[in-house]
Amino acid sequence: MVFGQLSYDMAHLLGGGVLLLSFLLLYQRRIAAVITAFAAQGAVLALAVAWQAHAQGAPALYLTALLAGAAKAVLIPLALRRMVARLGLRREVDAPLGIGGSLIAGLALVTLAVTVVPPGAGPVAAAAREDLALALSVVLLGLLMMVTRRNAISVVIGLLSLENGLVLAAAGVRGMPLVVELSSAALVLVLAAVAGFFVLRLRDDLPGGHPPLDLSLLHRFRGERE
Amino acid sequence: MTAALALLLLCLLLLSLAGLAATRHPWLPQLVRYGCAAVSAGFAGLGLAGLALEGGAPLLLPVGPPWAPLSLELDGLSAFFLVPLGLVGLAAMLYAAARETAAMPRRLVPYPLFLAGMALTVLAADGITLLLGFEAMSLASWALLAAGHVEEERREAARLYLGFALFGAACLIPAIGLMTGLAGDFSFAALRAAPPEGWRAGAVLLLVVAGAGAKAGLVPLHPWLPPAHAAAPAAGSALLSAAMTKVALYVLARLLLDLGGPAQPLWWGLPLMVLGAASAVLGGLRATQETDAKRLLACSTIEHVGLVALGLGLAAALRAADLGPLAALAAGAALFHLLAHAVFKALLFLAAGEMLHGAGARRLDGMGGLIHAMPLVGWCALAGAAAAAALPPLAGFAGEWLLFQALLAAWRVGALGFQILVMAALAAAALGAALGAAAMLRFWGLAFLGRPRTPRTLGAQEAAPLPRGVLAGLAGLAALLGLLPGPLLGLAAPALQRITGHAGLPEFTLLSVSASAPAADYAPLAVLLLLALAGLGLAALLRRLSPWPSRRAPPWDGGFTAPPAHLPFGDPATQPSAAGFAQPLHRMLGATLLAAQEDLRAAAPGDPAPARFESRFEDPAGRWLLAPLARGRDRVAAVLERLRDLGLRQFIGLALGTLVALLALLALWPSLWPSLWPSLWPSLAGAA
Repeated sequence: MVFGQLSYDMAHLLGGGVLLLSFLLLYQRRIAAVITAFAAQGAVLALAVAWQAHAQGAPALYLTALLAGAAKAVLIPLALRRMVARLGLRREVDAPLGIGGSLIAGLALVTLAVTVVPPGAGPVAAAAREDLALALSVVLLGLLMMVTRRNAISVVIGLLSLENGLVLAAAGVRGMPLVVELSSAALVLVLAAVAGFFVLRLRDDLPGGHPPLDLSLLHRFRGERE
Repeated sequence: MTAALALLLLCLLLLSLAGLAATRHPWLPQLVRYGCAAVSAGFAGLGLAGLALEGGAPLLLPVGPPWAPLSLELDGLSAFFLVPLGLVGLAAMLYAAARETAAMPRRLVPYPLFLAGMALTVLAADGITLLLGFEAMSLASWALLAAGHVEEERREAARLYLGFALFGAACLIPAIGLMTGLAGDFSFAALRAAPPEGWRAGAVLLLVVAGAGAKAGLVPLHPWLPPAHAAAPAAGSALLSAAMTKVALYVLARLLLDLGGPAQPLWWGLPLMVLGAASAVLGGLRATQETDAKRLLACSTIEHVGLVALGLGLAAALRAADLGPLAALAAGAALFHLLAHAVFKALLFLAAGEMLHGAGARRLDGMGGLIHAMPLVGWCALAGAAAAAALPPLAGFAGEWLLFQALLAAWRVGALGFQILVMAALAAAALGAALGAAAMLRFWGLAFLGRPRTPRTLGAQEAAPLPRGVLAGLAGLAALLGLLPGPLLGLAAPALQRITGHAGLPEFTLLSVSASAPAADYAPLAVLLLLALAGLGLAALLRRLSPWPSRRAPPWDGGFTAPPAHLPFGDPATQPSAAGFAQPLHRMLGATLLAAQEDLRAAAPGDPAPARFESRFEDPAGRWLLAPLARGRDRVAAVLERLRDLGLRQFIGLALGTLVALLALLALWPSLWPSLWPSLWPSLAGAA
């Protein structure tokens, strides 16, 4: 795979798409829009993995792509949407740093990821470098999203988007066994289930009068505080 | 031979597992103790064989991380240190088999692990194995101290010990990392090929001296030593003092003199010399002041460890000045004294255990006159105390004599500053040795001579046959070592060559040692003969000249008469107490070095209350080291307490910040990548 070759360019394009959607996630203000952006990211991720399956000639990766697409583009967003509808959060606004601030922080993280990926020689290593840099950027942006958001659903989406970055990295490295991807997909489902459960429990426990699912309310319940 | 040693290590691990099941099978604990003794004997034998034969290539163990397989090697230095370890282990475990039969299993399990940790440290052929062994030794000995104690004082001692053990680890791990550098090869051969240079050399020196010095009990880092030795059971104290401090000295010698030593400047040996001389003085002085027998012996350990460290530091400095034969002399003195100290200090601690068992007293004020009740323990303890006091022809003298010869000859290094330092070190070492001798006189005199100070002491019993045999064996060994320093130095030649990088040896023959060919010889056998002749001659002369027949009288009379009938133990005030015997030195040196104070509180006129006289001292390390550390810990804890109040987002933010900081480090120094994870990197590169 070298620059200018179709397989490399497509992989680059799709990976770049995932990263772009990470940026989109970063500054969406409304919860509903965040979920939409996440679904789009899941779909592009599935495409990227499918392309890697095609390019590497590894049919097992198609299964991963299918799993990723079904879980991240369809099932989890649907579940989150239902939850938002049940909780009446459709018009809820979760104000992050602000568009400028988020984008500047995100850019800094992406720069760091690109500089840090190990130097290697030759065009072959260059492809792996790009893959790793993209995946690391997505992971860092997911973490950043978890830090800046206040709403529990947005934090969960940040975690899921972080996991997207891990899948992207796993698919990019040749010879990663399928077991890992299957287990990671299963892990994500479990995570989503647990996160959803906690969101519901928390809503029942938190007192009224506050914006629902505001994590700062958890503060009082951590014990051992004077 | 290395394979046999690996098998012995495995045996120790199996024995510790067997110790876990000791509650169910009543014969298991004794099996574990005798097994440990047998394995220790194996260590000593293989160590001697290794000195004579030179062991083979390093043995790679089938365990360990993929990038640094654990490896063992028996080279000269390892073999030499294996000998005291094995001898002390044998004596201590036999003693434990006789005296600690009622101990709980959790006091039994640490013994094999402790021995295995020490042996692993000494046998290691790479940095990782050395660290693993050192930490196993620290933790197992801590378990030995901490297990099953309910007294607050002993728990305090165990906590203090653990704190210093962790400090040692925190110093040694980065030191090994710095020595390895980015090459990622931890084997000693690779470390020896690339000794540290520049700022890295300075950092390695500081870290190793602090880390291993804390374990050895060098002076500002010694506060854990007296309480820990007092808290451990007798066999445990013997192992701690006679074996573990030696392993710490081994780490010092291995890392600083063998691996980091070649082509180092003159200052490479200075920290060890300065700390060693300070330890000799402070340890000796504290030993003259302590009133608890085991604490006294522990302080004397500080003194002797200081002398050995002084010898090692002197060897490093002399080697840097290209004075090979003198460096070999200093290193030979250090190694010989270390072996002698292991033997006589094990003897003294086991004798103290026997005194505690037979007479029920640990404080010197509760003993007295024990020589009548337990004569063999008394004579063995006298042999140990005389060796510790460096009296010829016993084991302690030869090493100290050689050390002083090396110090007296060290002016040949031209630098004026170094000459002045050597003179100061010489004075300090002489003062320390004299103080140590005074402390030993006080220890033995108060415990074994005079009249019993309590009724319990009067009912003391002689030791059982097995402990008696152990004590007599150790005393015989101390005498043998003292009589044959020459052959022993010859045997230690491979070890000396490792730490001085010089093939030469101190001058020696079968019966004598000498600093150099034209210098004076020390011939222990001749000294023994002269002493015997003088003693026998004096006895014969007195008997011949004396007009009266001989009669039995207290040998250490101190001016008091036989007790009256109504006071069968005599008036306590007519015998010097432990504090009273310490008084002259307390006033002379204690006031400046130990912050000693005396208060006389007389009651007001007309008040019938008794007047009280109190004298006390305080180790300077307590005030200048431990107290500021404790304050700093409280402050750090208060700051960290605030961290617990962070919210979920702040916690994730902390994780993100740490990740970003580490990535930034990698971005700034891309050369760190290959060393980051040597096994990951090739696979990444291969996958790409």
